[in-house]
Amino acid sequence: MLLKLRSKLSVFLKYSFLLQQLVMRDIKLKYRRSFLGYLWSILNPLMIMLVMTAVFSTMFKRTIENFPVYLLTGRLFFDFMTESTKHSMNTVTGNAALIKKAYVPTYIFVVAEVTSSLVNCLFSLGALFIVMVFTQTAFSFCLLLTPLVFLQLYIFCMGLGLFLSQASVFFRDIQYIYGVITTAWLYLTPIFYPVDALGPHLMRFVKWFNPMYAYITQFRNLVMERAIPDIRLVIYGYVVAFLALLLGLYAFYRSKDKFILYI
Amino acid sequence: MNNDYQISIDNVSMRFNLANQKVDNLKEYVIKLIKKELFFKEFMALTDVNLHVRKGESWAIVGRNGAGKSTLLKLICGILKPYSGTIQVNGNVAPLLELGAGFDGRMTARENIYLNGAVLGYSKGFMQEKFNEIVSFSELQDFLDVPLINYSSGMRARLGFAVATIVHPEILIVDEVLAVGDAKFQVKCETRMQELLSGGTTLLYVSHSIAQVKRLCQNALWLDQGHVVMSGLSEDVCKEYEKL
Repeated sequence: MLLKLRSKLSVFLKYSFLLQQLVMRDIKLKYRRSFLGYLWSILNPLMIMLVMTAVFSTMFKRTIENFPVYLLTGRLFFDFMTESTKHSMNTVTGNAALIKKAYVPTYIFVVAEVTSSLVNCLFSLGALFIVMVFTQTAFSFCLLLTPLVFLQLYIFCMGLGLFLSQASVFFRDIQYIYGVITTAWLYLTPIFYPVDALGPHLMRFVKWFNPMYAYITQFRNLVMERAIPDIRLVIYGYVVAFLALLLGLYAFYRSKDKFILYI
Repeated sequence: MNNDYQISIDNVSMRFNLANQKVDNLKEYVIKLIKKELFFKEFMALTDVNLHVRKGESWAIVGRNGAGKSTLLKLICGILKPYSGTIQVNGNVAPLLELGAGFDGRMTARENIYLNGAVLGYSKGFMQEKFNEIVSFSELQDFLDVPLINYSSGMRARLGFAVATIVHPEILIVDEVLAVGDAKFQVKCETRMQELLSGGTTLLYVSHSIAQVKRLCQNALWLDQGHVVMSGLSEDVCKEYEKL
């Protein structure tokens, strides 16, 4: 068993250059030939934040003091999740031509997509920096702990991406259903409203079953409240992330030999 | 475990499910499940194929279109898993099933060389070392920073072949890719393959050009509709094949 694991790891390392190339390709092509280029990674979330602040901030003025930062922290994490999983979903079907002609470990595409989405999210942190300066939010050493929350989210998205990519090979519908799922998920996550705005049952449901709530809350604890998040929340976050990864890997491995017959 | 053979193919069969309509959404799946139309026509692409290749040998695989040649190559490369039988391959395989597998048209040749190399499993250092060699072999120095969609198919073929043959692989598998390209390119490719052969590379070559087969390969395997018709020295096999 250990030997098998070691051989799989050596295959992964062998293709680490490919992973690097795929991530660089996504980053290079994303804004090639556009005038503003990478500035869009910052401008996009900034503009969305401005629109939503204009609309929603008066509604929740009493409970949320720093609406722009509250909103942006939520959106950045959520957008990373939707972008990485949506792109991952299409990797196997989208790279069909390549998979049919060369031996490539298929999971590498999912890893590449999630990683390049992470890179994009890191660029977007520039928007958060600007907003924090603008709203005079204090910076603190707690910000140094944010990579630990990013790690949870990264692992979670990896698992979810793996699961979706193999599922969409056999049931293409998932690509259309998933759009609805992410929209519903967006509204069930307290991004532009405080979690107390939900009724008691829904609030309990969100706190227990919405992993994005856990990740976003941890991020907000560090950034806005400059406090270390509740350790139970952190444990919940890691457990869910690793469960998602295991589920994704299991589903992927079970069906990967059949991919070529369906793409 | 045969240690003297580099490639051992024993009683291998490959079955595909030929569907008239692909079922790839939930509604059709459920309807067909209820109507019991879920099992499709079976198609045996290969039946009971045996092939044993020693290190350094060169084998041609000949046969009419649809005989199963490409399927056999894909099985050896590990892209497909056999339906039954065993395949053992000792040594790293450089597949040339399609020139420029992994080429992304939106990127430039320079970027694609690295990407294609990565797809074939080479390391970054290796690609950096061999970069100039690849460029000079493909004679595309002036077009390095042009996106590949603007290339002609011949240019793409040259680039793909250059990247794929830059190593001295232990096993080289070539599938009819050299049909495209002018005479000069064909000669260049043949010379390169001869070089690799004299260096001890094992070659598996699918071609419809019997003359080329006789020039390059010592042995030949003749497939017809998934069955092995004849296997042996290429002069003998080609003589029989040409009788048709």
